[in-house]
Amino acid sequence: MPNIIDARGRSCPEPVIMTKNALDSNPNTSLKVLVDTNVAVENIKRFASSKGYNVRVNKNNDEFQIQISK
Amino acid sequence: MSGKRKMFFYGGIIGLIGAILMKLGNPGNMGLCIACFWRDIAGALGLHRAEVVQYIRPEIIGIIFGAFGISYVTGEFKAKGGSSPIVRFILGFFLMIGALVFLGCPLRMILRLANGDLNALIGLAGYVTGIFIGVQFLKKGYTLGRSIEQTNISKYIFPIFALVLLIFLIIKPSFILFSTEGPGSMGAPVIISLILGAVVGVALQRSRICTAGGFRDAILIKDTHFLWGILGIFVFALAGNLVLNFSKFNLGFVDQPIAHNDFIWNFLGMTLVGLCSILLGGCPIRQTILASQGDTDAAITVFGLIIGAAFAHNFGLAASANGVPQNGKIAVIIGILFALSLAYGVISSSKKNSNKEGVKNA
Repeated sequence: MPNIIDARGRSCPEPVIMTKNALDSNPNTSLKVLVDTNVAVENIKRFASSKGYNVRVNKNNDEFQIQISK
Repeated sequence: MSGKRKMFFYGGIIGLIGAILMKLGNPGNMGLCIACFWRDIAGALGLHRAEVVQYIRPEIIGIIFGAFGISYVTGEFKAKGGSSPIVRFILGFFLMIGALVFLGCPLRMILRLANGDLNALIGLAGYVTGIFIGVQFLKKGYTLGRSIEQTNISKYIFPIFALVLLIFLIIKPSFILFSTEGPGSMGAPVIISLILGAVVGVALQRSRICTAGGFRDAILIKDTHFLWGILGIFVFALAGNLVLNFSKFNLGFVDQPIAHNDFIWNFLGMTLVGLCSILLGGCPIRQTILASQGDTDAAITVFGLIIGAAFAHNFGLAASANGVPQNGKIAVIIGILFALSLAYGVISSSKKNSNKEGVKNA
């Protein structure tokens, strides 16, 4: 079961920091990050991809689910 | 086009427009300056009585319309807010004090550097120092809390504010003040300023360029994505100035337009700007763009900037070419101490609540 990070409503750069902290503490985990702005999606995508993770984004109304896995 | 190249290109548009607006009549090294322009607007509205810096800068109106329009089209125009508005207001207030002691926002700092003003290098060192300090707080869990959806109408307030400014600019009612001399009297033609402002607004909204974010991400997550945007601003402004404003290009520390060469206060003024920008989540440009796309917290921050500018002149805090007044130095120190205590206070109180948030198992 993947860990979930709820970064909805968090302003830049908090969603990325939350993602980074979770990946730093457990690099082989799968993560699901919830955000509600395009900017957060772009920033997390860029960050996780640069660390070699696979990133998938699902849009759900005004919210986004970002799946991050090795 | 790769992400970095795109950033460089977007930044280039902004830098080039900075050089063009200076050529067309804006004050020296002030083709674009978010802090100075909001300060001029505060003066035009009569919130301060510094007669040389009162003008409703059309570039600001253009930037807001540009960012509003493009975010409306892309579906990013959304009412958000409720994340510590009063804290953001005060941080915006002190950010402006720091900017008016240095004499420019981070964007003007880059444009000043791109026309040879080396005092901006001292400012840049201070800015990065402030950002570095702010990042330490971010690493320790600094947050202003979640924003939530706001009532839909609230997203229109800021664009309507820009519309009202435009009406004032056009019909010039007697209660709106316009400088007849000094920097406030200098400006590119209104229509051109509006249009180029709108182009800048679109470029900033699409690129998400933030001068503070560029350095922050490089320090925090080793990501240089936004730094390429800042580099683009610098390179294109430099090229633009060498072609368009060559007679005004002056490499050095002395005799720079609307600037002083007091190293310590150039440094500390921008340290305050950098620190406040990180604690706010974005520099004055970014705040103005976010406010234009419905972020009411950013709009409150911009009102903090405006009121900060008013106080900076009413209380004699703002610097001039003659240097930094005593009151301005005291205000910068108070601002830095305030921002540090605030960030410390946020971290202490959020540690107590840390059990309620964070990673949960699904």
